[in-house]
Amino acid sequence: MLPNLFVVCFLQAEVEETLKRIQSQKGVQGIIVVNSEGIPIKSTVDNSTTVQYAGLMHSFIMKARSTVRDIDPQNDLTFLRIRSKKNEIMIAPGKSPSASGFQASC
Amino acid sequence: MEIVYVYVKKRSEFGRQCNFSDRQAETNVDIQPDPSQAKNFIERDPIDAAIQCASDMSEHEVNTERFEMENEGVNHLEGGWPKDVNPLEMEQTIRFRKKVEKDENYVNTIIQLGSLMEHCIKQNNAINIYEEYFDDEETADVADEPPSAKTINVFRDPNLIKRTATHLSWHPDGSKKLAVAYSSLEFQRSSKDMSYESYIWDLENPNKPDLVLRPSSPLMSLEYNPKDSHILVGGCYNGQIAYWDTRKGGQPVELSTVEFSHRDPVYGMIWLQSKTGTDCFSASTDGQVLWWDIRKLTEPTETLVMDISRKGVLENALGAIALEFEPTMPTKFMVGTEQGVVITCNRKAKTPAEKIVGTYSGHHGPIYALARNPFFPKNFLTVGDWTARIWSEDCKESSIMWTKYHMAYLTDGCWSTIRPAVFFTTKMDGTLDVWDFLFKQNNPSLSVKVCDEPLFSLRLQDNGRFIGCGSKLGTVTLLEVSSGLCTLQRNEKNLATAMFERETKREKILEARHREMRLKERTKAEGKEEDVKVETEEEKPEELLARVQKEFFEIIEAEIRRKERAAKLSKAQEKEVTDENEDEDPYKVRIHPRVPPFPYCRLIPRFYPPTQTPEEPPHCTLWRFSVSLL
Repeated sequence: MLPNLFVVCFLQAEVEETLKRIQSQKGVQGIIVVNSEGIPIKSTVDNSTTVQYAGLMHSFIMKARSTVRDIDPQNDLTFLRIRSKKNEIMIAPGKSPSASGFQASC
Repeated sequence: MEIVYVYVKKRSEFGRQCNFSDRQAETNVDIQPDPSQAKNFIERDPIDAAIQCASDMSEHEVNTERFEMENEGVNHLEGGWPKDVNPLEMEQTIRFRKKVEKDENYVNTIIQLGSLMEHCIKQNNAINIYEEYFDDEETADVADEPPSAKTINVFRDPNLIKRTATHLSWHPDGSKKLAVAYSSLEFQRSSKDMSYESYIWDLENPNKPDLVLRPSSPLMSLEYNPKDSHILVGGCYNGQIAYWDTRKGGQPVELSTVEFSHRDPVYGMIWLQSKTGTDCFSASTDGQVLWWDIRKLTEPTETLVMDISRKGVLENALGAIALEFEPTMPTKFMVGTEQGVVITCNRKAKTPAEKIVGTYSGHHGPIYALARNPFFPKNFLTVGDWTARIWSEDCKESSIMWTKYHMAYLTDGCWSTIRPAVFFTTKMDGTLDVWDFLFKQNNPSLSVKVCDEPLFSLRLQDNGRFIGCGSKLGTVTLLEVSSGLCTLQRNEKNLATAMFERETKREKILEARHREMRLKERTKAEGKEEDVKVETEEEKPEELLARVQKEFFEIIEAEIRRKERAAKLSKAQEKEVTDENEDEDPYKVRIHPRVPPFPYCRLIPRFYPPTQTPEEPPHCTLWRFSVSLL
């Protein structure tokens, strides 16, 4: 039991470290971690923005993934970038939780 | 070669009716195949024959019925949480989140995704792959394409009874909205059912106006406040001024009192630069220019009567139609009148008489538009009757440049905000002209037929690219001008400056010349009254006559002398010839005296030396002549 917890705790620290590392990159405005149901798990921005992004991205990811799958069933979506005039939203869809970060465009 | 067929017919048979008869077919020519001809041809095998295997297609155009759409917002609430978790309670959500975070799967996924994300972010930071690569090259192509204008959108008056779009005003920030004032300009033609509404259109939605303004009388002019984009001020047909706040809806916030307003439609309305941002002034054909403070519309803060004789008499006043005000010169403003005179005024003058500084007359009809060149404020454009004229403030007698007289009346005009040498005008035949006087002076460089009905108003957006034109039936057309007409060309400012200066100088010289001539005439008129002067004047023609006669005779004598000389010269030449003949050789053969000299030829003998020396016994030596025929 204890080692398990320990492992989990250790890994947890790694999670924090990963997220911190991403956040510290140049131009990154924020990170949101969302689970498969669309519930934001972790976020570095305020709640309303989180909820907005989570809600909007969810259906978008679904659509993109289904598009890729439709064209080639063996294929799968690995990364999604939405580039706009002011910034760029980058989405990494995983099996379960998906992380999305937004970065200001250079 | 002429092919002629001659046939003979008896005179008695002329005019006889044709009697046609039928006969069997006869073979006239029967050409049999000639196998020997085949030798002239080569058989071709194989032959290339082209066949098209494409499917037949036809092109059709279909216009569907307009689908009415309306945009409405939806309020989202947070959802997706499992049933037992209440999204509003912080504790429960935090507990849920912590639970998810403890999941092993979560950790692995996050780490994996994290590395992926990092990779992309680093990519982004390393190179910006979406940068503008060909910035410099683009500018080179612009100059070559011919100017053109494209219709982007059309906004139609939704009412049944169409009114004229008399004034357009762009939204000050970003120009996403266009305020249009609608009214009926025809004298007493407005029916009872005509609606008084004016609209603010959103460029994205041409089907429905963004906001409906409801004045008590149709609006003639409408302007956005450049400082506060929610405030608009409008001048009404009955002379009142009203102002709106778009946040408060379509009813005017305040109306000016009828007694102190204008007595004629308010044709011009401009916002002033002031600390409070609430000052504006209006002009109307009743001859007055009134200044208002929006906060207190009960009475104008200042009035000025457009009387050129500077006495302030309203009866003599000229009706004002166009107003012009440049924020960079806050004390000066200009008024264009119905009588074709532009009056410059100084606002800061102490007495009303001094307020009117100068006048420029040159148009035969009302001046519908008045605009200063944004790059050269000393030069301004007036549009009226059938021409557009450019004036310089220094030349009061006449305009420095003008267009030719067109077939249709010009209704509105404005300068381009980007290019100093370009201006736009609209005409009664529905065309929009774009003039570029550095390129072509006689004709517009682009003439676009916007619609069939007359165009009444014109407004250029601040970026110089989009133009809105309002027509008689209330249709506002939004045009986009080609980039050549809205990007500053190299050297353009210098060329425009040079042109303006040149024309101004020319006008000044002409003015000076006129003044001199007038002075001379005046002195002459004064001079004729004195007798002495009269005599001198009479002598002058006599002297003149004598002089002329002398000259005439001199010329004639000179001509005669020349002819004589020429004749002498020719005779001398002939004499020389004969003299030389006799001198050369005494044994010459005399030309028979009877041989008449040809009238058309002159014998120019060429002398060949005799074949024998003179010591030898003389016998006839033949002189060889060559005769040249003249």
